[in-house]
Amino acid sequence: MQSIGEAFHLALSLVLSGEADLYEIVGLSLRVSLSATVLACGIGLPIGALIAVSRFRGRGLVLIVMNALMGLPPVVVGLLVYLYLSRSGPLGFLGLLYTPGAMIFAQTILIVPIVAALSRQLLEDLHAEYAEQFRSLCLTRWQSVATLLWDGRYALLTVGLAGFGRAVAEVGAVIIVGGNIDHLTRVMTTAIALETSKGDLPLALALGIILLVLALGVNAGVQALRMTAARQAHV
Amino acid sequence: MSDLPITSVPPMARPRDEAAPKRPLLPLRVSGLRLTADGTALLDGVELTLAPGGCTVIMGPNGAGKSLLLKMMHGLLVPGAGDVSWNGIPAAQATARQALVFQKPVLLRRSVAANVDFVLKSRGRDRSRRDALLREVGLLHKARQPARLLSGGEAQRLALARALATDPEVLFLDEATASLDPASVLVIERIVAAARDCGTRIVFVTHDVGQARRMADEVVFLHRGRVAEHSPADVFFPEPRSQAARDYLAGRIVL
Ligand SMILES: Nc1ncnc2c1ncn2[C@@H]1O[C@H](COP(=O)(O)OP(=O)(O)O)[C@@H](O)[C@H]1O
Ligand SMILES: [Mg+2]
Repeated sequence: MQSIGEAFHLALSLVLSGEADLYEIVGLSLRVSLSATVLACGIGLPIGALIAVSRFRGRGLVLIVMNALMGLPPVVVGLLVYLYLSRSGPLGFLGLLYTPGAMIFAQTILIVPIVAALSRQLLEDLHAEYAEQFRSLCLTRWQSVATLLWDGRYALLTVGLAGFGRAVAEVGAVIIVGGNIDHLTRVMTTAIALETSKGDLPLALALGIILLVLALGVNAGVQALRMTAARQAHV
Repeated sequence: MSDLPITSVPPMARPRDEAAPKRPLLPLRVSGLRLTADGTALLDGVELTLAPGGCTVIMGPNGAGKSLLLKMMHGLLVPGAGDVSWNGIPAAQATARQALVFQKPVLLRRSVAANVDFVLKSRGRDRSRRDALLREVGLLHKARQPARLLSGGEAQRLALARALATDPEVLFLDEATASLDPASVLVIERIVAAARDCGTRIVFVTHDVGQARRMADEVVFLHRGRVAEHSPADVFFPEPRSQAARDYLAGRIVL
């Protein structure tokens, strides 16, 4: 067992060494979580926008369920996806279990409710501003949805960011459906869990540092985009 | 089959002529219009008939119900009781043939040009008209700028261009020039007058008596949710028939 200072020192030199194995893990993490974010936005944003512009019986219940699903425990999602993707499960024929595809699948399900619920909230405010104008123009429901999504695009970046943050940081779902297989399904969070339990703290810390830097970088990027948009009064 | 004479085909069975003239929207008949909120009557039995052509200016003190009446005529608000009838045309179809310029322009978070494009596209109209519309309201040189950075007067002119992009048969304006600089006011008045001269029915809400004199062919004076007076402009301004309108024009407080 090294001291924390020693571990940090080793971790930093690992990060800076550009070691192939390390960056393979980082690359897979990004690929899986970005894919899941894109898919979840493709599914969750239209759902959020549609609910934002619709009034129907049971809407309140839908909102409660959506908000509750935001807090889905990743291990539960992982377990459910595992049951579906396992050889005897309904989607077993896809042969996805223990592949990055399965991890994308699980993370997508994990963050669709986040994207849908947060975008619903945000687009409902925007719709309050636009609704009379939309009705005056006799827009259809889908025209309204498309317009809200486009006009809310910069504000919605934050929603995508929240989804990505949750996906890239979770460990429970990807470890169950991915299996943390070296060179195949090992991502940053599963590697950190494994290396810590093995006692290889420098590697775990190195990954932790990269994860933090990535989170900061993505946040900063989105913030910069939003500031550019704000200068054009587009937010 | 083949021995049927061709003349036996009833005329109604022919495909409808695409260019067939639409049933006119006017006259508008508003009857017994009522709206109550928390027990107070906001509109209290409005009776109003608008004939085709010209510009009707709606005046009245703050809170008289002018905006509510405008939104009900345009089909944005459903009255609690009473009826808005556009020559028997179903409400949704009537709304689609009209445009409303709101007191506070609602501009999309896009460029000036894209705001007009949006309306043209939603109506399936050709985008080539956009530049002509922007030129008309004096915004062609700002076409690429973000719409929400426009000044108040420019924003309202863009809202007007967008309304005109729908080729409305009726154009409603709800205090569209309140708090604008004189130059923007004149641009808007000129464009609205030109639209009226081309046959667009104008319904214009304003507080500005001078503007009302310039624009009105007839005046509807609204007071406490009722039509206190509906007179031709050349009657209303020299000798209003209702006490409320007399007080209002004389600058006395009307509540
Ligand atoms: N949605 C609403 N609910 C309750 N009261 C309203 C609503 N909209 C307007 N009012 C009230 O109705 C009255 C008439 O409003 P409005 O038509 O906007 O007046 P104005 O003649 O100044 O345009 C006002 O007293 C206003 O407060
Ligand atoms: Mg008003």
